[in-house]
Amino acid sequence: MLSRIAESLFWIGRYVERADDTARLLDAFLRRVLEDPWTDEDAECRSLLAILGVPTPRDVVQNTGEIMRKVAFDDKTASAIAGAVTAARENARGAREAISSEMWECLNVTWRTMPERRRAAARLGPNTYLDYVRERTAMFSGLAESTLSHDDGWQFLVLGRSLERADMTARLLSVQLLTADQPVTWVTVLSACGGYEAFLHTHGGMVDRSRAVQFLALDRSFPRSVLHSLTTAEQCLASLNPQLARNQVADPARRVVGQARTALEYVDVTELVRDLSVHLVPVQEACASASQAVSRRYFTYATPLAWAQELV
Amino acid sequence: MADIFDDYVLAQAWDEMFEMPGVPRPAYEVLFAALQPLESDDLNFRAEQLSRMFTDRGVTFAMGGEERPFPLDLVPRVIMASEWDAVTRGVSQRVRTLEAFLADVYGPGRVFADGVVPRSLVTSSIHLHRAVHGFNPPNGVRVHVAGIDLVRDEAGAFRVLEDNVRVPSGVSYVIENRRAMTQSIPAVFGEHRVHPVHEYPARLLTALRAAAPAGVSEPTVAVLTPGIYNAAYFEHALLARLMGVELLEGRDLVCRNNKLRMRTTDGERPVHVLYRRVDDDFLDPLHFRSDSQMGCPGLINAARAGNVTIANAVGNGVADDKLLYTYVPDLVRYYLNEAPVLDNVETYRLEDPEILHDVLGRLHELVIKPVDGSGGKGIVIGPQASEETLAELHNVVAANPRGWIAQRPVALSTAPTLIGDRLVPRHIDLRPFAVNDGEEVWVLPGGLTRVALPEGALVVNSSQGGGSKDTWVLADETQRVPAQRAVDLAALPSRVSDVPFTGARDAGPTVQMAQQQ
Repeated sequence: MLSRIAESLFWIGRYVERADDTARLLDAFLRRVLEDPWTDEDAECRSLLAILGVPTPRDVVQNTGEIMRKVAFDDKTASAIAGAVTAARENARGAREAISSEMWECLNVTWRTMPERRRAAARLGPNTYLDYVRERTAMFSGLAESTLSHDDGWQFLVLGRSLERADMTARLLSVQLLTADQPVTWVTVLSACGGYEAFLHTHGGMVDRSRAVQFLALDRSFPRSVLHSLTTAEQCLASLNPQLARNQVADPARRVVGQARTALEYVDVTELVRDLSVHLVPVQEACASASQAVSRRYFTYATPLAWAQELV
Repeated sequence: MADIFDDYVLAQAWDEMFEMPGVPRPAYEVLFAALQPLESDDLNFRAEQLSRMFTDRGVTFAMGGEERPFPLDLVPRVIMASEWDAVTRGVSQRVRTLEAFLADVYGPGRVFADGVVPRSLVTSSIHLHRAVHGFNPPNGVRVHVAGIDLVRDEAGAFRVLEDNVRVPSGVSYVIENRRAMTQSIPAVFGEHRVHPVHEYPARLLTALRAAAPAGVSEPTVAVLTPGIYNAAYFEHALLARLMGVELLEGRDLVCRNNKLRMRTTDGERPVHVLYRRVDDDFLDPLHFRSDSQMGCPGLINAARAGNVTIANAVGNGVADDKLLYTYVPDLVRYYLNEAPVLDNVETYRLEDPEILHDVLGRLHELVIKPVDGSGGKGIVIGPQASEETLAELHNVVAANPRGWIAQRPVALSTAPTLIGDRLVPRHIDLRPFAVNDGEEVWVLPGGLTRVALPEGALVVNSSQGGGSKDTWVLADETQRVPAQRAVDLAALPSRVSDVPFTGARDAGPTVQMAQQQ
C-alpha cells in the first residue's frame, strides 16, 4: 500500500486511541475530584497533567475547568481530545479512498459534532462530552474491525493504536501519585484504563497497589495492559514483515518493542511495584523510538524538490 | 389549501416543468402529481435531511479554504428518453470531433492546410504544448473523459455552451446526488423508471485500462490529485474508491528511467495509467511550471517513452478553448461528414475588427467570456453588469480581442427550486459526462444539472453560488429488456415449494424463568 496512506492509518490509530484514553482518564479523575470530599483539586489536576505530559507552572492553581480547556477542548494541539479528533479526521480525509466510507463518516461526524458537545458540556457537565468521545471512538474501532480488510493497512492502524495504548498506560503508572497508598487512588487508575470491572472479575474486590499495578502492567488478557499492547504491536510488526533472519531481528521497530515486552515479561514483580518509573519510563521510550523506526522504514516519500543551483 | 406551487410564476425562459402555469410537461406529470400534495414543512424537513447527509458524508467542495456541502435541490430534473437520445448523439459526436481535431493538431495539421481553422488560433493558445507534438497515445484516445456543458434555450432546444476536455469535474455529485435522492424521497423516485448512474466508475476504469501502454496486460491505474485542499478533492477520492485504485499525490510518485512508480510500503511499484486531476501546467516541473510540487518530474518523458498513459492527455486545452468552440460545428462536418446534432450558442469572434467594433458598441446586450476561463471566472453578463464593469471590460477586450468571445445571452431554462419554503423558478444548465474507451464514446445517462440559486442569475458554477439537481433520465418504456420486466406476482401460480429451504436461524438456549429468580 501507499506509504502516505500507511502513515495516515498509523496516525489515525494513534489519535483515535489518544482521544479515547484521554477521555477515560479525565472521566475517572473528574469523578474522583467530585466524589471525594478530601481531594486536593490542585494536586489531583497536577498529577493528571503530569500523566499527559502537559507542563504546569508552579504558581498557577489548577482546577477542573482549566483542565477541560487544556486537555479536552483545545483543538489546536493533538495532545488534547479535540485536537486528536481533528488530526485523526484530517488524516482520514487524505486517506478517504483507502478506508471505508463508514469509518470516514464516523470520524467526520464526530469532528463536526464536537463544538456542539462542548456547548452541551458547559451546561450539563464534562461527562456528556467525554461520554460522546468514548462512544464515537468505540464506534470507529468497531467499524474499522468489521469494514476494513485486515491487510497491511489494518496492521498499521492497530500498530498505531497499540503503541499509543502501551504508552498511555505506562504513563499513567509511572507518574508518582501523591496518594498512591490509598486503595481509592487505584480504583481511579483502574477506571482510567477502563479496567476496573475487569480487575474485579480477575482479582476480586480487594484493590491494592500491587494487584492494580500487576493488572495494568502485566496482565496477558486485559487488552489495555502494557504487556498486552506491546504484544499486539509486536504481532503487527511481525505480520508487516514476516521474514525472520537466521540470527537477530532486522526490523529496528520490532526489536525495541520486543525488548520492552520481554523486559516486562521477565520482570521481578516486587521490584516493579516498588519503583514503577524505573520499569515503565523505558516502555515509553521504546514506544517513541518504535514509532520513529516505523516512520523511517515504511513512510518515506518525497521531500519537496528544489532545483540545484545553476553554474554559470 | 396552500400549495407549494402557488407562487410559481413562469420566468421569461423555457420552463422545464410547466408548459403553461399549472400544466406540467409530459416528462414531469408523475413528479408534479407526487410533489403537489406535499406541505412546505415536509419539503423543508427533507431538504434539511439532504443537506445534513452531505455534510456528514463529506460531500463538499472547498471554497475560500472552507469545506462546504454542495447544495442539492430536492426537486429533480427530468429528461425524456427521446430527448436524451439526441443529447447522447450530440455529445458523442462532439467528443469524436474534438478527438479527431486533437489528433490532427498534434499530428499532420490537415485542418490548417485545408483552411478550416486558422493555424494562428492554435499557436496563440496557451494550452498548446509542443512537448506532446507528434506523440500518439496508445489507443489513440486523448479525451478519456469529457464534460460538455449544455443549456436549453428559449425555444427548448439544447445548445452547447462550452466543451471541457481537460479535467472536467462534477461527476461525483451525479453519483452522490442520486444516492441522496433515493434516500430522501424514495417514494417519488420509485414512481419513475430512471436510468441508473452507478455504472460510471466501471466505465471509466475500463476506458483507463484500455488506454494502457502497449504490452501491459494487467495495468495499474491510479488517480492523481493535487491534495486534500483542492476544491474537487472529494471527487478524486470518490472515483479512486469506486474504481478501487490508489489515489496519489505528487509526493507519492517517482520517475526513473522513464518509468513512473509510486512509493508503497513494499517499495516502489509501477503505475501504467494515471488519471490525473491536476492541470497540465502542474504535471511536470521539467516541462511546465518549475515550482509545481503537485506533479512528478520526468512524467512527460515517461509518457512520451510510452511507459505511462496520462489521461486526459496533455495539451487537450487547445480543443476546449472558447474561440475554437466557434469552429466546432465546422469541424463536425469536416472530420465526421455529419450535420451537428447540437447547435452552438450564437457567438462572435472578436478578431475581425468590424465585429469587434460592433460588439464593443453593445457590450451591455451580450455575454463576454474569457477564452480560457473555467468555473465561471471572468464572465460578464452584459444586461446585468454595472456601468463601471462594462467600461473596464471595454478596455480589456479592446486590448486583447484573442482573449475573449461574445455570445448572445441565452435565457437558460428554469426549473422549480426550493428557496426558503416555496418552489420558485431558477435557471439551470446540464453537464453530461462522456467516457471514451477507444471503441465507443459512452454518455452517462444523467449528468450534472447545476442551478443558479440567486434570483435571475445565469452563472451556475458552484464557486459562484450554484447548487445542483439530480438529473433523472427516464428509461424508454418500449426498449425495456425482457429480464427487467416487472412481474405480476399475483398472476403467477404459487411456486413456493421451488424455493430451497435454507433452515431456521440458530438461537441460544431458552432462558429459564427459574434461573432468573
